[in-house]
This record gives sequence, C-alpha cells and structure tokens, in this order.
Amino acid sequence: MTEAPKPAAPAAAGSRASMKKELPEHFKAYKHVWVYVEVERGQVHPVSFELLGEGRKLANKLGVDLAAVVIGPPDEGTRTAVAETFCYGADLAYLVEDPLLTHYRNEPYTRALTDVVNTYKPEILLLGATTLGRDLAGSVATTLLTGLTADCTELDVDADASLAATRPTFGGSLLCTIYTLNFRPQMATVRPRVMAMPERVEKPVGRVITHKLDMVEDDIVTKILSFIPDRDAGKANLAYADIVVAGGLGLGGAENFQLVKGLARVLGAEYGCSRPVVQKGWQPYERQIGQTGKTIRPKLYIAAGISGAIQHRVGVEGADLIVAINTDKNAPIFDFAHVGLVTDAVRFLPALTDAFIRRLSPHNRDRLAG
Amino acid sequence: MHIVVCIKQVPDSAQIRVHPVTNTIMRQGVPTIINPYDLYALEEALRLRDQHGGEVTVLTMGPPNAEDTLRKALTFGADRAVLLTDRFFAGSDTLATSFALSSAIAKVAQVYGAPDIVFTGKQTIDGDTAQVGPGIAKRLKLLQLTYVSRIADLDLAGRTISVERRSEGGVQQLRTTLPALITMLEGTNDMRRGTMKDALRAARAEVVIWSAKDAGIEDLTKCGLRGSPTVVKRVFAPGPRAEKAEMIEITPAARDTADSLLDAIFSRQPKLEADIAAAQAAL
Ligand SMILES: Cc1cc2nc3c(=O)[nH]c(=O)nc-3n(C[C@H](O)[C@H](O)[C@H](O)COP(=O)(O)OP(=O)(O)OC[C@H]3O[C@@H](n4cnc5c(N)ncnc54)[C@H](O)[C@@H]3O)c2cc1C
Ligand SMILES: Nc1ncnc2c1ncn2[C@@H]1O[C@H](COP(=O)(O)O)[C@@H](O)[C@H]1O
Repeated sequence: MTEAPKPAAPAAAGSRASMKKELPEHFKAYKHVWVYVEVERGQVHPVSFELLGEGRKLANKLGVDLAAVVIGPPDEGTRTAVAETFCYGADLAYLVEDPLLTHYRNEPYTRALTDVVNTYKPEILLLGATTLGRDLAGSVATTLLTGLTADCTELDVDADASLAATRPTFGGSLLCTIYTLNFRPQMATVRPRVMAMPERVEKPVGRVITHKLDMVEDDIVTKILSFIPDRDAGKANLAYADIVVAGGLGLGGAENFQLVKGLARVLGAEYGCSRPVVQKGWQPYERQIGQTGKTIRPKLYIAAGISGAIQHRVGVEGADLIVAINTDKNAPIFDFAHVGLVTDAVRFLPALTDAFIRRLSPHNRDRLAG
Repeated sequence: MHIVVCIKQVPDSAQIRVHPVTNTIMRQGVPTIINPYDLYALEEALRLRDQHGGEVTVLTMGPPNAEDTLRKALTFGADRAVLLTDRFFAGSDTLATSFALSSAIAKVAQVYGAPDIVFTGKQTIDGDTAQVGPGIAKRLKLLQLTYVSRIADLDLAGRTISVERRSEGGVQQLRTTLPALITMLEGTNDMRRGTMKDALRAARAEVVIWSAKDAGIEDLTKCGLRGSPTVVKRVFAPGPRAEKAEMIEITPAARDTADSLLDAIFSRQPKLEADIAAAQAAL
C-alpha cells in the first residue's frame, strides 16, 4: 500500500503511473484471478465468498478463470470448503491439505500459499482483510516481493487489464486508486462485508488441483498451546445485523447514546457509532463503524449526528436504505443517504422510537418504551 | 535484552482538514503525533525491559522533524532513538518501508546488539495497512506474532516467548522462539506518563540520525517510489449518489415528522415492517 499522498504526490505518482512499462517477460505467464479461501475450524469465513463474487466479475472482464485456494487439514471441513467454492463461482480450486495446517500458523500457511502462487502464477490474488488474512498477506507479498493494496473498497480492471484497487486515503473525503506496476501477482485485501455476498448456486465439484506442503512439523517453530473461543461467538453481530442505528459526535454526549440504544432495542437492531465517539470513550471499539471499524450491510441504517466522512461512508455504503439525521443540511452524509432529515437528533430520536412503537405494536407501548 | 520498537510520526487525524475547493489534504499546521497504535507496542516493550532488564531502541523512518516523535518516546522511557531519514525514502509503499526499516534494524543490531524482540503497532492511522510489521518480520526472518493481546511468558535463557493472539473467533495461545516480531493489539495497556528524570534525559539525549547509506543500504532502487511496486494513480473525491436523498419535511410536531419518516422507510423497504413487528413481539 502506498502511503498517504502528500499534497503534491497525486500528480507525481500519476506521471510515474503513466510511464507504465511493458510487463517484464517472466511475469507474462501470470494468468487468472485467485481468491484465498479462509477456513478455520472447518468453517469458511464469509469474506471468502464475498471475494469469490467480486473475483468472478474481474475474471469475466479479463476473460480468465477464477480459482479458489484452500489450505487446511485433510478433513471434512476442508473438503466441504472446496465444494462450496464452486457454488460461489470458482472455476477450479487449488488445495493444499496437510495435518500441519490444522490451525492457522503463519509459517506453514505462508509457505503453502507462496508455493502455489509460484507454481501456478495468478495474475490477481485477493484475500480477506481479517486477522488471518492480514497476517498472511503481508508475509506472502513480502516473500514474493510484490505489491499489496490493503483494505480496498472497490476493485476493477482497467483498459490495459491491470487491477485498479481503490481505497480511502488518509485524512479526508478522498479515495485513491492504486496500481501494482511491473510485478505479479497483484495482491489486494478487502474487509468483510465490503463486497456483496453472491448468490449460492448448487454446482458439482469442479477441477481440483492438489499441491503438497513441503514441510514437516520440525520445520515449524511456532507452536499452538491452545485456542480459547470467544464466548459470544456465533451471536448476531453488528457486521451482519439487518438493522443498525448509529450515533456520532452530533449527539453531544455519552448520555445521549441511550437514545440510540433505545431505538435499536425497539427495532430489534444492533447499534454502532462513528470513530470519534470511540476516541471520546463514549462507546467501545467493537461498536465503531467504518474503514477502521466494522463494515455493515444492513437493510436499514439510521445515522444520527454523523457527518458522513469517507472513512465512515465506506463502512455503510452497502446498506439498502440509509437514513441520516443531521442538523447541517450541507453534511456530506446527505450525499449518500437515501432519506434525510435536517433536525436535532437528540430531540428527534425519542419521537422516532415512539413512532415505531405506535405503528407496529401499539398495545405494547408501555413495555417497549421502558 | 534488546528491544526495537518501530514508531511512526503521523498527522493528528482529529485535526486534519480537507480543502473545500481542491479536495486536497491541508497539512500545513497540522500537529503530528506518535501513531496511537504504536504506543501500545512501546509501553509493552518498556514493561518487558523493566521486568527483565536491557534496553529499548525506538526507530522511525520519516522526515527530519520526526525527531520530535522520537524525543517524545524518550520521555516515556525509551533508552535510544534512531531516525532513518533520506530523500530516497520518499514515496515508499509498504514493501519499500519494510525494506528500509529492516535494513535499519539490521544496522541497529550491528551497532547496538541484536534485538530479541521487534515491536510494531497493529497499524498506522495514515497508511492504515497493518502490513509493515509482517513485512519486516519476513525480511529479517523473525518469527511473526501479530495482534498480540498479552505476553504470557518471556524466557530469555530458554529463548522462548508465549503470547495470546487475537484471531478470528477467539484467542490463540502461541509459543515461539526469539528473535520474534510482535504487532501489539490496541487497548492492551496504558501508556505510562514518563518520569521527570526521563523528561530531562530526553531533552539532552542525542537522536541517532541515519541516511540510507548510514543504515547500510546500498541498493537504492529498493527504496522510496522506485522500490514501491504500488503507485497511486488517481486521488478523487467520491461523488454523491446519482439519485438525491429524499428530504423529509420537518413539521413543528416531531411526532408528525417521525410518522412521515416511517412512511418513507416502509414505502422503500416494505418487508421491514413485518420484520420489525416480529422483533418487537419477541422482546
Ligand atoms: C485513517 C482514518 C480512519 C478513520 N476511520 C473511521 C471509521 O472507521 N469510522 C468513522 O466513523 N470515522 C473514521 N475516521 C474519522 C472520520 O474521518 C471522521 O472524522 C468521523 O467519521 C466523524 O465522526 P462524526 O460524524 O461522529 O463527527 P463530526 O464529523 O464531528 O460530525 C458530527 C455531525 O453531527 C452533526 N450534528 C451536530 N449536532 C447535531 C444534533 N444535535 N443533531 C443532529 N446532528 C448534529 C453535525 O452537523 C456534524 O455533521 C477515520 C479517519 C482517519 C483519518
Ligand atoms: N515510517 C515508519 N517508521 C517506523 N515504523 C513504521 C513506519 N511505517 C510503519 N511502521 C510500523 O509498522 C506498523 C504498521 O504500519 P502500517 O502497515 O502502515 O499500517 C506501524 O504501527 C509502525 O509500528
């Protein structure tokens, strides 16, 4: 990832990009779009399916194959994962199976993925920007000495078939598009929920190319002593909620967050906040929505007292319906909200909560308002 | 024991403004701070030193004025500060940054002793990639421990370290050998205030300043813009959605405004009405 551009950098970088050289001969063999499929404890991380959906579009544009890379232990979970990748659009799958790959560890996973890349040479390699994906992507990109664009919000191929990876840039309402010149594969990570989940279509298992892990346990220095699953694992969470209500600095104080929570409760929704709310200590980090917090894709998103900076916008843009409540009619959030109200959120939220109760369960008013 | 902590000077994001007309970042007068995530790495390093003895070296790659950042780290109690600064580093992406920093760490190892642990923050608030740490680890062949929430045990004699690491859906307990690179998770400790003695020492201390050449870097094509496989081709402001937001009229009674909003929501998303009613019945 390129650092934040200095004021003069866009022009300078642009001129270098326009000098784009012919791709070195040895990289011309690099073809096809790959998605690294994250499997842990037999479960595929949903971000991998989201990426297969996105990878399918890129592969179609390039007229190449979409391949899934599955790395894991020789068991049912790994085999199911391979089968699933075909239902989500993969044309073929590369599989590295070995008992050493039972749990994620940087060393054997880096080795496995790097070896498959070096052997079968993809043009584009996408990974989820999860704790696992980021741990792995940095090691693999450095081993291959290629470029890596982190946390992209948009992927496309341009006229000369190179990957155009777009992400927010530091410090303002700006996005930048990044290219990997003269190196292959072009690597990018994307955070969960940024891309839409493609439809699952029942398909038979297609071509699977297996690759051996060239390692023994003694080669691996890091040992796993234990794994403690999160207590609330599997519980509905912010990223996957159908309705989200969030508050920003415009709420004016920590105590007013009750209004956001109250509305969320009545809607059976999750609640969240903007980053400064976390920085002020009004809410914990788990509630942060945006580029450096959670990305959400609810059916309904209600944002109260949030200005709509790019880092917030990219985290909520996938919502089907965005409702913004803000006192400033020029707030950037009205550029991407579907429905807007220019009013004081602190005064309006109680009326809104009440309106939902009146409309949907008038008999339970006292109980719900509590 | 010797610990190297990589810290970055970043603009204080809370105070950044975007030029309303040109849409470029207005950096003038924006104060700089130590990347907030790096403070957790620094504090953890200082704690290990206080327990086990040894030295903490802070390292940054940046413009000459990044010296302020290093001096701040000295006031917290770091023992030594190294600034890697050279115009050849301008425009570095993560691959070029990890090359420069790993070269400097190799040089630090030669001059001041090989580090047992290298710390980085989880990510920066400007580059925001979380890739420089893994990049350094790979280049220096250090065992990589990312997203560490707790250092459970450090056995200097046995050359092993055990940590708890945040992973998807739980916490991994890992043991590996030294030297290792750790990226520290946020919220895992509180930065100390620093003592008066450290403040006085920091004011007088000399920050070691190295150019690319001083750091032993011979191949300048691996540095800066030239050494960066990625380039920023276009910077742009996102446009408004094609269809403008429907603005709900604000009536004197909030109750009426709220009812109009509900009409707007349910006319656009008819299925939601039943979903919410079901959720309420379940409450
Ligand atoms: C690297 C980086 C990463 C970032 N990541 C994130 C991220 O993940 N998530 C995120 O949210 N931000 C992120 N930010 C911060 C982002 O740039 C904005 O600063 C932030 O989103 C603004 O939060 P806000 O809208 O709550 O506050 P402000 O921008 O201060 O906006 C408050 C809004 O409330 C309105 N208001 C005031 N009073 C009322 C009232 N009574 N009723 C209704 N409206 C009112 C104001 O008109 C204003 O529009 C990041 C920044 C950087 C540099
Ligand atoms: N220029 C730099 N100088 C020193 N450390 C850096 C620099 N850039 C990144 N780092 C370290 O690498 C970590 C991850 O950075 P990033 O990949 O940019 O998110 C940071 O938290 C720092 O510890």
